[in-house]
Amino acid sequence: MSGKIDINCTVNGQSRKLNVYPMERLLDVLRDQLHLTGTKEGCGEGECGACTVIIDGRIVNSCLVPVAQIEGASIKTIEGIATSETQLHAVQQAFIEHGGAQCGICTPGMIMAAVNLLEKVPNPSEADIRNGLAGNLCRCTGYMKIFESVVRASQR
Amino acid sequence: MRTYVPSYQLVSPANLSEALDVLSQDNGRWKPFAGGTDLMVLLEAGKLPHKNYVNIWNLKELRGIEVTGNQVTLGALTTYTEVQEHPILQEEFPMLCKAARETGGIAIQNRGTLGGNIVNASPAADSPPALLAYDAELELVSKTGARRIPYAKFHRGYKQMDIRPDELLRAIRLPRAPSAFPHYYRKVGTRKAQAISKICFAAVASLEADRINHIRIALGSVAPIPLRCFQTEAALHNQPIDDQTIANTTRILAGEVSPIDDLRSTKDYRLQVSLNLLKDFLLHLKQ
Repeated sequence: MSGKIDINCTVNGQSRKLNVYPMERLLDVLRDQLHLTGTKEGCGEGECGACTVIIDGRIVNSCLVPVAQIEGASIKTIEGIATSETQLHAVQQAFIEHGGAQCGICTPGMIMAAVNLLEKVPNPSEADIRNGLAGNLCRCTGYMKIFESVVRASQR
Repeated sequence: MRTYVPSYQLVSPANLSEALDVLSQDNGRWKPFAGGTDLMVLLEAGKLPHKNYVNIWNLKELRGIEVTGNQVTLGALTTYTEVQEHPILQEEFPMLCKAARETGGIAIQNRGTLGGNIVNASPAADSPPALLAYDAELELVSKTGARRIPYAKFHRGYKQMDIRPDELLRAIRLPRAPSAFPHYYRKVGTRKAQAISKICFAAVASLEADRINHIRIALGSVAPIPLRCFQTEAALHNQPIDDQTIANTTRILAGEVSPIDDLRSTKDYRLQVSLNLLKDFLLHLKQ
């Protein structure tokens, strides 16, 4: 048995102090403790990308990160992507305008992966976008609209 | 979650020395935990039997890629992303970069480590065939000292390795070789991203006066361990590439691998594709 530990980290720009079991999944801590339920659980085994968040500038599957490993880290979730209270991120806006979301379960992960891709490659090729989203599955299979949303976001 | 999380320990030592202290306690009570891309899958499924882990993810002694005149040393925590981003690895070890690019998606590549890929010891892992073909050497450390062993001698049977419970894989060393060699890496899976391989094939060689030299071949998913194919290499050494050599060596490779039927593929398919890939490599070498 293990006891709870204290973890200090930054979530969407805010310092947070967490009291957690060390092997709790970051996904569960975000959803249940911080009530950031925008991050979804799909497969729970790193195949689908629904739980994608950005840690220190790189996307990860939050279902595969034990919370003990985020001490001192900076985490960004779908709730922290919008430019301001009234202005969505270009990727979010493009998903709305071009039908990039269907049932919505994969959408937060898709958007996190797309945002991270555009941060690294502002003018992505088709291959860049396919590779950038390869770890995110959409079971509605609306891939073409998702793809188009990312293309449009990159043109803004 | 199908697991009672409080029953798991994950302690975070401040440095390598403290981590080795923990690993040396109670012979096998503690195991290292790196990027979690394999262990967390088992945890979620309620199939992670071991309970006590040492968090090594933040140990800087296990990070970084160091290049000297004759070798490249990769810290065991080098991620697949870091492998792909490194200019010397791109230029001189393209099979390793290709393996890294074809492992999972980007989110997995940001967390999965080369060291983890080695000690998780899956015969289907993507980087071991490349590491075997590049003649990698492993550096293991413990409280009592360090030792080096050729990677080709590390895997001894299914999930059996030459590593003690108090030892930690610290680094992987690759000898720098002339980059004029053709490097041939093929992963055969169901789709490009995320798929676990049905067969994985890595080979390098040179052709000198129309004869094969410096040949090293390794395969994944065709044996209980990532397999360096020494018998096939010996049969190809100093041979010309012609129909007779191809017929002779595909027969030897067929005896050297021992594929099985499982959920990802069949024994027959794996054997046939292994032989096809050897032929394709040899024809590629001849061009």
